[in-house]
Amino acid sequence: MLKSGMRPDPDQLLAAVNAQEARAGRGKLRIFFGGSAGVGKTYSMLEAAHRVHETGADLVLGYIQPHGRTETDNLRNGLEQLPTLPVRYRGLVRQEFDLDAALKRRPAILLVDELAHSNLIEGEPPPRHAKRWQDIEELLEAGINVWTTVNVQHLESLNDLVAQITGVRQRETIPDRIFDDADEVELIDLPPDDLLARLHAGLIYLPEEARTAVDRFFRKSNLIALRELALRRMADRVDASARATASLDRASRAWMARDRLLVAVGPDEQAEQLVRAGKRMADALDAAWSVVYVETPELLRLSQHQRNRRIDILRLAESLGAETVTLDGPTAAEALSEYAQTRNATRVIVGAPKRRGWRAWLRPSTTTALARKAKAFDVIVIAPAGTSKQAKTDRNDVPSVSVPIHWDRYAWALATTLICTAIGFAMQESFEAANIVMIYVLGATIAGVRFGRGPAVLTAIANVIAFDFCFVPPHFTFSVADAQYVVTFVVMLVVTLVIANLMASVRQQTRVAGARERRTHLLYAMSRELAATRGIAELARVAVRHVAEVFQCQAVVLLPDASGKLRQPSDLPESGSLRSADLSIAQWVLDHGRRAGLDSDTLPAAPALYLPLGSEQQKLGVLAVLPQNRRRVLLPEQRRLLETFAAQIGLAVERGKLAEIAESARVAAETESLRNTLLASISHDLRTPLAVIAGASSTLAEHGEGLDPAARRKLAVSIESKARDMTDVVANVLDLMRFESGHVVLRREWETLDDLLGTALSRMQERLGTHRVISQLTADLPPVYVDASLIVQVFVNLLDNVVKYTPPGTAATISAAVRDDMMVVTCDDAGPGLPPGESNRLFEKFHRGNDEGATVGAGLGLAICRAIVRAHGGDITAEARPGGGARFVFTLPLQEPSS
Amino acid sequence: MTQALHQVLVVEDEPDIRGILRTLLKTAGYRVIETETAARAIIEAKSHKPDLLLIDLGLPDADGLKVIRAVRGWSPLPIVVLSARTMEAQKIEALDAGADDYVTKPFSAPELLARVRAALRRNVRSAEHVSHLDIGSIAIDLTRRQAVGPDGDVHFTPLEYRVLESLARQAGMIVTQRQLISEAWGPDKLGDTRSLRVCIKNLRQKLEPDPARPQYLLTEAGVGYRLLLPAE
Repeated sequence: MLKSGMRPDPDQLLAAVNAQEARAGRGKLRIFFGGSAGVGKTYSMLEAAHRVHETGADLVLGYIQPHGRTETDNLRNGLEQLPTLPVRYRGLVRQEFDLDAALKRRPAILLVDELAHSNLIEGEPPPRHAKRWQDIEELLEAGINVWTTVNVQHLESLNDLVAQITGVRQRETIPDRIFDDADEVELIDLPPDDLLARLHAGLIYLPEEARTAVDRFFRKSNLIALRELALRRMADRVDASARATASLDRASRAWMARDRLLVAVGPDEQAEQLVRAGKRMADALDAAWSVVYVETPELLRLSQHQRNRRIDILRLAESLGAETVTLDGPTAAEALSEYAQTRNATRVIVGAPKRRGWRAWLRPSTTTALARKAKAFDVIVIAPAGTSKQAKTDRNDVPSVSVPIHWDRYAWALATTLICTAIGFAMQESFEAANIVMIYVLGATIAGVRFGRGPAVLTAIANVIAFDFCFVPPHFTFSVADAQYVVTFVVMLVVTLVIANLMASVRQQTRVAGARERRTHLLYAMSRELAATRGIAELARVAVRHVAEVFQCQAVVLLPDASGKLRQPSDLPESGSLRSADLSIAQWVLDHGRRAGLDSDTLPAAPALYLPLGSEQQKLGVLAVLPQNRRRVLLPEQRRLLETFAAQIGLAVERGKLAEIAESARVAAETESLRNTLLASISHDLRTPLAVIAGASSTLAEHGEGLDPAARRKLAVSIESKARDMTDVVANVLDLMRFESGHVVLRREWETLDDLLGTALSRMQERLGTHRVISQLTADLPPVYVDASLIVQVFVNLLDNVVKYTPPGTAATISAAVRDDMMVVTCDDAGPGLPPGESNRLFEKFHRGNDEGATVGAGLGLAICRAIVRAHGGDITAEARPGGGARFVFTLPLQEPSS
Repeated sequence: MTQALHQVLVVEDEPDIRGILRTLLKTAGYRVIETETAARAIIEAKSHKPDLLLIDLGLPDADGLKVIRAVRGWSPLPIVVLSARTMEAQKIEALDAGADDYVTKPFSAPELLARVRAALRRNVRSAEHVSHLDIGSIAIDLTRRQAVGPDGDVHFTPLEYRVLESLARQAGMIVTQRQLISEAWGPDKLGDTRSLRVCIKNLRQKLEPDPARPQYLLTEAGVGYRLLLPAE
């Protein structure tokens, strides 16, 4: 029996296989990793470069931070150096790494110093990415091997630890996954004493701006701590890679219930600390982890700025490798515990409760509430770091966004008190004071529902004052004769405040629910219209209209052509269309399947935001959005909504694409079957006359001398007549092919029917023989707007049928009349009539009235008639003629078509 | 034959068809010069001064239209196109380029010879002004604008006379709608095919024994009209 304990986790294996596949075409990343500046990372990297270069490898220096030290600078000699890109920034010109030049040069190995470097976002020309690690990601994706350097303090998850150790907060950080996913990390270690000695000898290069921090930073205790941190991080990495190799190669790693950590964050200052703590704990436990933000009605009341913090927090979490989730719920604790149970989370990390004393007792904090609800998970409380002072000053820096105060609501609140007082006076004679208190409570409740929290509180207080003034003896003074009324006041105030607060909460929740419903409704409206739309171009138009309307922006859906290149849509009839979309950014978004532009990681300085539709492999298209008001797109809710819209549009475009493919497959199949039937039919209709021609002509050639002139002539005549039959078959096939291909352009002019029929008759003269055709076209018929030669063809084919299917000597009658803006033309014959039930099949290709007869015609004649008449906007039908024979009726429009 | 032997330049790259044309034309009493390419055709047309050019459009070195335009640059000699191109637009293109008539392949011998004869007559007639026409039993004097039928005078409008003149000048050959309208109505009425249709209808009522089955005034659907006169 297989022990379940020995089973490898299939998800883990799949992830490993996927990662391997993704890496197959990817460049390898080698990081030279150090505890602090000055340990000699760049020097070691260049040394290694020389060793590899000597073996003949195609190695290029992409960018090496200029060192003031000849020893390091000398090492650059002898290696190919990529030219740097001059970037203008605040009046200065800086030399920056040139990503496009590197992609164009495509060396086997590229050296780019300083992995944590930030690009000059406001520089000219603006960089593609905000950070160098993003440049390097793109290089790796392009299949270039990259060597780079980084210090331990730049790792995101260690950021606050380093800040605690050194007191200097590092602004330039890299996501841990870059470090963890690197193919090779080389630790460059130097004992702190040696490092300090080198520093004092002036052997360490430091950027100008860092010099002031030198004394604080380069203390021996700091250097020891940083070195230890680097060694530990390196050890973790080695350990993790050993485990990964083992589990992948032998699949022998004992299957264990993997831990899942949930990190619950709010918009408070502790959030970043919680996220980083979660990352460290998840690494230590080798657990999957999620960062959860709960949107409660309470949080919706926070200022815009604080709510925007959520994006930063969740983005940080994502960069550290967490899955991020936003939940909605009445209280954070409830939503969290429910989510923890559905995801089988084993540990939930929360911040320390902030409410203390009686407030904590009155309304337990999320942490306390969660601890009470915890059943299948542990709650881990993280103590706040000692940086709250800093955080407080941070908060003071933030310009407070003023919430508009609705003074009219406060006025209404006071009016409510006045009304209650008036009712109180009316009741005073016959009711006790206790009942009047009830009226005031009712008033405060209504104020809570109608006017919100602030005005309701005002009503509560005003009520107490009014009650005291008007109804508590001595009347019309604020003094109170009977001390027991003080109890009434307190209870009344507390009750009204609680009720007002509750009512305001209900009101707030209703509003939130309303907003959510509106969002759902907007999305539903678009989905419904998209579902009813056919054709990708039309889908794009509908999508643009909805996005432009909902987000008050200009938008455009860019679709790739057959070669995968995006192009501007040819027609932009919608008013909300974006005309200035940058195709090069959009193309990057399409190729990489990642968003770019406004407020994203890539080209954040661009005015518009570009979202990919569908996955990276699908490459369905790009949605570009240029907001009139940036907030409309940058708010978290709006952003999420926009992403959902993009996802919906992606689905619709994918559906449209599949429909197009299915349609072309159907057309191909139909063409194929047409071709087969055609071949079968033609081979009969062509071989028969060919046999006659070949036989007759060979007889003439071989035995012509021995034949009398009459016999020779007879043979020649039959050759000619069979050749004419073949000509007709071929002409019909070609005509039908022309119609099938859809490339027939009607050359319409005003024509008279008798002229067209006359032309047909003179063309048919010989073939008609003893068949008579009676024209009953009256002189007063209006002209028709048709392609003359095609309508002549219709008459020819109809008369040809008369010749083939009716006995010689009978007459066919052609007549016409005007009915409902249409010319109705009727062709009656006196033949055997139509086979029962076949009147419509007659117009199908290769159908004939009597099968396999000697009659030549390939059954194409009527099919061509139908194609021609339909192309003119009319139709053709066949029916039994009253009194025997067949009747063909076709219609032609009399009006010049409006389009 | 009242005239000396007419000389016909045949431009055709298909040897079999060329052979048939040679036999056919020689039997009918014409002298035949043959060539296969557009380049040779232009040279032969200059050096031999043929009385008629019978040309295929799909030639190995260039389109026959090029030859037609080149020849029209210096000579009014009649040109008859013999081509497998059957679309109306292609016919009109050749006629506009300067061809006098258009015969589609496959062709019948009598039809081709009739066209050749008509084209050669046009060459003779173009020297003098056409003044008299006999259509069926109606005799028309185009100069005086008088017509007499078996039942007395036949009345034509001035417009109808002008259309008849145009058709008569190229009797037996196709006259395009554009040419007819431009000559009878003026170049500013080119799009007005309705008036032309009405005019032709009226002419048929007066000229044809059975207007439903015209014998003299024939329609080339989508291209133009042809006035077929009984052989002289």
